[in-house]
Amino acid sequence: MINKNRKFTRRSLLRGAIQGSTVVMGLPILESFLNSNGTAFADGTELPPCFGSWFFGLGLTPGRWQPEVIGSNYELPEHVAALQPIKEKLNIFSGLQIFLDGKVNQNHISGAQGQMTGVVTRSAADYDESFDAVIDKQFGANARFRTLEVACDGNASSGWTARGRNGKTPCQISPLELYRRIYGDGFIDPNQADFAPNPEVMVRHSVLSAVTEQRQKLMNSVSSDDRSRLDEYFSSLRDVEQKLAFELERPAPLPACSIPSMDVEEIGTMVAQVQHTHKQFATLLSHALACGQTRIFHVTLGNAFSTLRLPGEPSAYHALTHEEPIDPELGYQPKCKVIGEQCMGFFVELLQALDSIQEGEGTLLDRSLVYAFTDHGEARLHSMKNLPVFTAGSAGGRLKTGLHISAEGDAATRVGFTIQKALGVVTNKWGVESNEVTTPFSEVLA
Amino acid sequence: MEFRIAEKIKLSTQVSLILVLNVLSFNLTAQTPIDDERITFVRLTAEQYRNSIRDIFGDSIEITGNAIAAGVREAGLMAVGGRRLTLSSSEVESYEVLALDVASQVMSPSRRNTLIPCRPENENVFDGDCAREFISTVGFHLFRRSLSEYEIGSYSAMASKATESLGGFYIGLQAALVGMMVSPDFLFRIERSVPSQETPGIRRLDAWSRASRLSFFLWNTTPSPALLQAAQSGELMFEAGLDEQVQQMIASPRIEDGLRAFFSDMLAFDRFDTLDIDTTLYPKFTKNVEDEAREQTLRTIADHLLEQDVDYRDLFDSRKTFLTPALAALYGVPISIRQEMGGLVPWVPYEYPEDHIRLGLLGQATFLSLFSHPGASSPTLRGKAVREHLLCQTIPPPPGDVDFSLVRDTDNPEFRTARDRLTEHRNNPTCAGCHTLMDPIGLALEIFDASGVFRNMENGALIDTSGQWLGQEYSDVRELTLMLKKDPTLTSCLVQRAYNYGTAREPTPSEVQWLNSTHSQLRQEGVYWRELLQRISENPDFYTVPEAAPKEN
Repeated sequence: MINKNRKFTRRSLLRGAIQGSTVVMGLPILESFLNSNGTAFADGTELPPCFGSWFFGLGLTPGRWQPEVIGSNYELPEHVAALQPIKEKLNIFSGLQIFLDGKVNQNHISGAQGQMTGVVTRSAADYDESFDAVIDKQFGANARFRTLEVACDGNASSGWTARGRNGKTPCQISPLELYRRIYGDGFIDPNQADFAPNPEVMVRHSVLSAVTEQRQKLMNSVSSDDRSRLDEYFSSLRDVEQKLAFELERPAPLPACSIPSMDVEEIGTMVAQVQHTHKQFATLLSHALACGQTRIFHVTLGNAFSTLRLPGEPSAYHALTHEEPIDPELGYQPKCKVIGEQCMGFFVELLQALDSIQEGEGTLLDRSLVYAFTDHGEARLHSMKNLPVFTAGSAGGRLKTGLHISAEGDAATRVGFTIQKALGVVTNKWGVESNEVTTPFSEVLA
Repeated sequence: MEFRIAEKIKLSTQVSLILVLNVLSFNLTAQTPIDDERITFVRLTAEQYRNSIRDIFGDSIEITGNAIAAGVREAGLMAVGGRRLTLSSSEVESYEVLALDVASQVMSPSRRNTLIPCRPENENVFDGDCAREFISTVGFHLFRRSLSEYEIGSYSAMASKATESLGGFYIGLQAALVGMMVSPDFLFRIERSVPSQETPGIRRLDAWSRASRLSFFLWNTTPSPALLQAAQSGELMFEAGLDEQVQQMIASPRIEDGLRAFFSDMLAFDRFDTLDIDTTLYPKFTKNVEDEAREQTLRTIADHLLEQDVDYRDLFDSRKTFLTPALAALYGVPISIRQEMGGLVPWVPYEYPEDHIRLGLLGQATFLSLFSHPGASSPTLRGKAVREHLLCQTIPPPPGDVDFSLVRDTDNPEFRTARDRLTEHRNNPTCAGCHTLMDPIGLALEIFDASGVFRNMENGALIDTSGQWLGQEYSDVRELTLMLKKDPTLTSCLVQRAYNYGTAREPTPSEVQWLNSTHSQLRQEGVYWRELLQRISENPDFYTVPEAAPKEN
């Protein structure tokens, strides 16, 4: 936990003001207001799209989640019935797979890695740039936080995003800490009447700018191996610099923005604890999007070897998928099916949190695009086939919804590629080897 | 081996390095750029960050939180993984907040008289000379090298600008200190090297980088003033100077900090961050017990390897350890508590009876819980951990398309114990290869449940702990431990891991030769921790990095 209370003191701030020091104020604020129906700024610029990725481990019960009907007007099977409330804003993709191209199946890793990065590596320690980082470049630096990543199981290593090839991005595990990060020092309510840039923030900003200037000196001496690592550090430094720059500008008013309340957190791996943490994160992230604090988020329910547990059950979810016998009468693993269904319920809670924030005639979910993915088609067998994949939201009309897309045998990277195309990334391919794709799902592109 | 070399540094942890530095003078001439110089870098761990701040600014500085959320284990060590990691946006953001916090404490009126080596004439006005003195002094320790004139000027300009903006000299210095504390020169161990004249493909570290590598290896913290002085004078580049520093550091009590950091890494203590033993099933394994189990292991290792100065191998069958009342209850043994301990956790030395089944590191709750499922022990996880963390062997990931359902089918009357279920599982030839390596070790430990509590029955059936190790039969964990102890892989793994931990990389072929030779000698003479550290620290190749890809401009 980071103590953010002790900083430049208020006394020093007042002293600076009293002495009339030559504080350089930020650039004049571009006064922007929303149009009458709240869907665009006054100058006609529409509210920008947001992107979220959501990981649930261990797939779903095979043969029990795909709708029978392809296209629209499909019925949700009982296993994913929890999705019914947001069915019209959802797409279901079935039949997708990740190709290993002769590499060892890094169980519970290769599948999710392939879908997020387009690359299946030989070693589980290697990880490429995830496509949310590509989208981030497309979006540009126009939010206080470049991205927000959270894990609901108390494990900061559970996430699947990476900015480069220098390790996955760690996740925040504490909702309270995320609350403080977003709404603590530096948060400016976009709808508040008064605004004055904080001179202390200006100093912090200039300090980081000066440190960033060291980049070239060090870059001249690093090997190519280390160059990208150092570059990524300086990019992180620039992110913080950019965050402080945002805190120095009056934000555009956003009527949908409000500060959520928080209850007590209880981090753990019991299903109820994960659900509670997830719900808190869902609330925080949806409000953060509505308040213009970020445009990209990543939520992971648990790590690759899911540690979610049912009450009184000695084995965690991952162990259950391998150890629970298939019920001969039911034809599936009953406990695993229950947890899978609960995960779908959590997904709906996130989507409903986004959908509950009204922005003019639409909702925050309508201008968002949420991508839900998993690691295996059938976790019991570490299968890479028939991965259940979902998208929700239309990214402000850029994506059609309410469809079931059957893509038997196609690389699952097609979904990530389609999302990139929908969000304006200019590229004609994504992925490597057999996971390289050049054709988006044009039937869902608006 | 006797280590009675008088410490030249009598630096108490209560005394900050800054106080010592005030009486030293430094040559702060600009570093001469070297055409062939190349830098590599390793991310500081959260503990190294804390230790560095503590040593530079004193114990009274509060550090509230960790900026680093997670690491990566590579070649068996988080230390090696640290060489491939950078810092994410959220981590840099946290570091900036931490730096503000620490810097404001350093500048507080109660500390500035001792931590800032000069006074401005007017606290409301920028004092260039004093700022430069502070920056060069503090920067020397934060960056673990002398600063160039350009750097001193840059940070001084930062302080000047902030003084002008916020109207106070100390708030200006605070800004410069924040700048230094978020700089890569502080947050990473930057290693500068030039090509070796003697060995193509190898680069030798400069004196500053030698000091850092040595200090983080032995003490897990920033180099002491004496070590930096040895680097600055060039002594560290010569055998005699290096040996003198190594011997002083190994003789210091602070060697325990390094030992604790190393074994925490080697024994995978990062798993404590996500350890989730179910307290409804194992009510004795509370959070306090978990913390005390971790401390028990480190305390036992430190006592054996430093205080008692016994062979590493003895750690595995030793009956001596330290217990708290809660741990004694977990282990089911009586201890006498000294009442005068007050509110502190009362640690007492304890020796298990001669015929006791619990002995050595494998009998401690740390190992037994870290490699269990939340609600059940796992012979496979425990066996894998012994192979990977203690013997440096690699177990490949399980194949796909395997039905494990018998492993946990405790309702089946034919498979009441883990041995019954795993034996059935091993009948699958795809699984047999790896499970034969892992399960026998773990099955010998099945007499301890997931929390480390002793048991001899599972689901009403007697637990069979027998097995074979390299063709020899054992009946229980005590006999297995004795066989493990004799296995040269146990000690070669320690030697290799210690070396890799210090260099934060895997060894080159010539270093592998050196490691093999050193291991052979130590096995004959005794695998003593200080001796191992000394041999590694005095090996010239320890201060090298392999030639990497050509630098790009």
